[in-house]
Amino acid sequence: MTLRNDIEITPQLVADHGLKPDEYQKILDLIGREPTYTELGIFSAMWNEHCSYKSSKKWLRTLPTTGPRVIQGPGENAGVVDIGDGQAVVFKMESHNHPSFIEPYQGAATGVGGILRDVFTMGARPVAAMNALRFGAPEHEKTKHLVHGVVAGVGGYGNSFGVPTVAGEVEFDARYNGNNLVNAFAAGLADTDKIFYSKAEGVGLPVVYLGAKTGRDGVGGATMASAEFGDDIEEKRPTVQVGDPFTEKRLLEACLELMATGAVIAIQDMGAAGLTCSAVEMGAKGDLGIELNLDKVPVREEHMTAYEMMLSESQERMLMVLHPEKEPEARAVFEKWELDFATVGKTTDDLRFRVLWQGEEVANLPIKELGDEAPEYDRPWVEPKIPAALAADDVPQMDVAEALLKLVGGHQCSSRRWVYEQYDTMIQGNSVQRPGGDAGVIRVLGHDSKGLAFTSDVNPRYCEANPYEGGKQAVAECWRNLTATGAEPLAATDNLNFGNPERPEIMGQLVKAVGGIGDACRALDFPIVSGNVSLYNETNGRGILPTPTIGGVGLLPDWQKSVRIGFVAEGQPILLIGGPAERGSHLGQSIYLRDLFDRRDGDAPHVDLAAERKTGDFVRKLIRSGAVTACHDLSDGGLGVGLAEMAISGGIGATVVDIEGYDPILQYFGEDQGRYLVTLNLDPQGDEITALFDQAKVLGIYATWIGSTGGADLVLGHAKPVSVSALTQAHESWFPNYMSA
Amino acid sequence: MKAAVIVFPGLNRDRDMIAALTKIGGVAPAVVWHQDADIPDVDLIVIPGGFSYGDYLRCGAIAARSPMMDKVRERAAKGTKVLGVCNGFQILIEAGLLPGALMRNTSLKFVCREVKLEVTNTDNAFTSGYAKGQIIRCPVAHHDGNYFADAETLAALEGDGRVAFRYAAGTNPNGSINNIAGILNAEKNVLGLMPHPENLIETAHGGIDGRALFAALLDKAA
Repeated sequence: MTLRNDIEITPQLVADHGLKPDEYQKILDLIGREPTYTELGIFSAMWNEHCSYKSSKKWLRTLPTTGPRVIQGPGENAGVVDIGDGQAVVFKMESHNHPSFIEPYQGAATGVGGILRDVFTMGARPVAAMNALRFGAPEHEKTKHLVHGVVAGVGGYGNSFGVPTVAGEVEFDARYNGNNLVNAFAAGLADTDKIFYSKAEGVGLPVVYLGAKTGRDGVGGATMASAEFGDDIEEKRPTVQVGDPFTEKRLLEACLELMATGAVIAIQDMGAAGLTCSAVEMGAKGDLGIELNLDKVPVREEHMTAYEMMLSESQERMLMVLHPEKEPEARAVFEKWELDFATVGKTTDDLRFRVLWQGEEVANLPIKELGDEAPEYDRPWVEPKIPAALAADDVPQMDVAEALLKLVGGHQCSSRRWVYEQYDTMIQGNSVQRPGGDAGVIRVLGHDSKGLAFTSDVNPRYCEANPYEGGKQAVAECWRNLTATGAEPLAATDNLNFGNPERPEIMGQLVKAVGGIGDACRALDFPIVSGNVSLYNETNGRGILPTPTIGGVGLLPDWQKSVRIGFVAEGQPILLIGGPAERGSHLGQSIYLRDLFDRRDGDAPHVDLAAERKTGDFVRKLIRSGAVTACHDLSDGGLGVGLAEMAISGGIGATVVDIEGYDPILQYFGEDQGRYLVTLNLDPQGDEITALFDQAKVLGIYATWIGSTGGADLVLGHAKPVSVSALTQAHESWFPNYMSA
Repeated sequence: MKAAVIVFPGLNRDRDMIAALTKIGGVAPAVVWHQDADIPDVDLIVIPGGFSYGDYLRCGAIAARSPMMDKVRERAAKGTKVLGVCNGFQILIEAGLLPGALMRNTSLKFVCREVKLEVTNTDNAFTSGYAKGQIIRCPVAHHDGNYFADAETLAALEGDGRVAFRYAAGTNPNGSINNIAGILNAEKNVLGLMPHPENLIETAHGGIDGRALFAALLDKAA
């Protein structure tokens, strides 16, 4: 067999493709000859960390991925979960970290585009989006520029496409100075009997290319995303793709129309590693070969080589296997939407991946092995060193009122309005709870009362100190935020962002965090149905904080019964549900220590998963009983910040009584886990509330009355009162002031 | 009363608009694709919001020059009511059915939030369901809603009672001149506005202040 090859394969060229010498040897052993230049490109695309999960696969397998409601777990474009009545929610979260640091607007925009495509590829119309953004220290010279670009890029793409952004996270930490994180989530709705998959079926069927034309943008993007950054980062700008939400919107409508005709056998979007990855995946999953003729690929640049076409990451493209008799009908749909439609190949029975270009074969590789035989590593890892717990008497003091104002007006806890007002949060008309609460809530179209809740969570400070507890906490907080709206948590997607896995201490973080995530998911019946791993988030050898972002989805039988975080009326009792009886005890790794005393010490708080579940189930039941008027989980900043957020959101104050003789700093700023604040429409002296306390006691759940809503001030025990308007002012000012300074 | 919704590629609030017209009017509007041969015989033509042709060139500029807009222009000249919301407003301006220009927001950013609107004039088919001077809530979601017109045009708009809605109570989100949020043509059968009344018509939206506009147009009770 002679294949056309114009470029000599040198060790340097192999290294430039991100392939290690032993990996190259594996290629030689696999195909029994030297690969062509195009083939080398194909291998580098399939075997890089981003596409092959070679460092993480071993550990990802330990995660729970099944459950009675799970229709499709990891391994497809997105996870699929049954929400009853023949409907399913289809969702996934994916990172676009490296591109967003190099070119913030386009990097973030195409991150949103990629995740939306993953969802509608499966036949689901996107109904909600979220994004978890992490930037360097506010004072770092690049941060403001990155915030501007990333937020505009997320909005620019999502707004134009027409999906509401319903929740998200924005966080700052110096450890992201050289690598920001952009984790984009999308969810769609589909009928359970109309889900589309990537597995090709049938020999000799047309492989059809749809959507935008192929250009040189993004060539080698996935390989770039699988390497660390150095000082040559500016040179990587051409590896970032350019997004066109207008084409994506047309592609969505065209795909859904096409799917309704019954023409589609298999469909795969062209994401990372473009044509290569999508074609190989469709063939390999279906135990079929694929033959591609690159002369048929619609291109927007002249003189593109086979190598460039196979590795291009041009956006808004799809590959499908169609029923041949339906081809004219399919073509008409795409012509209506003025999108390219080209038959570029066919399925074969020889299990080979063959690529033809200018009449010659430029690649001929075993299709199954391209995916299945990708290197898999059991990388060495070391047990993370857990910092010592804080001494019991190590409670740095500050005036409670002053500390509260500083925290709600600081970069961690301040309002994200500046960000989310740049996103269309109400398009489609179903956003029942928009950003600013514990979770976003939408009503489900096509059903009288059902709603879905969405949240994204992780506490990287905790993960850095104690990856196992941090992994648990990320899942628990996600589950808790869904519960706080009244939703039943259904399933989650994980977006694991870590540093260089070739360093044993980074690998140790990953191993332990995944262990914590798995344990929490099992304990809470909250399976992981999709996800993404982003490694090598390092610049000049310094890694990010370990950041396993968890995106969760919950189901509300009746969205009208969902509750929000804001106090709704004066004179309502406020209950703290979830221990400890001291109301707060754990200051290690807290925001109070970090942001007010510049201390990052102590262990992360422990999550008691049994208590978590019991408490959450109790709170959810209480919400569904109709007794709860507002609910908020406690996280960063503990009870004090939680109360302040409820007061700010509702524009109503509250008076809370202290526990006498116990340090108020611990009471108000301890970040103990598994806790909720609720307000009730019950008489604080009445029988119903007594019954509620009795019930909690029987179940072994700590629940106590701590105060009442009302007035214009938030009064925390003996601390001096803080007006709600002062809190609001502080809360709303930080972001706009920072961005305009 | 029969209504039609015109759809250009890239529009994305068409489904919101169709839902509002259907829920308030009791019947679904005709949906007209931009390449359709004609617009059915209707009393109201609506151009909804979104990003027609990706906002390329200028917001609304490409759609405004499509053959479909010639048909809209003909109907408008015959007295058919035409409503353009957000990108629909931008298209009506670019098509010359309404005067002035919609520039980039002064913040240079997309803005999605709830604002307050004053119903400035009610002597037309669109706002007759409100009281003159009434303040209503309404969401906005746009990048280019900063209305501008020269002094002469502005004087005509103000003098002839053609300003339908103004941003009220210091909530102007885009720097629009005279706080203008929506304007009418001289015959008062064409209204363009930036805010989205179709996103505030039911409990799930957190309010129903947008209903009266559609109710008046569709001859229904709000």
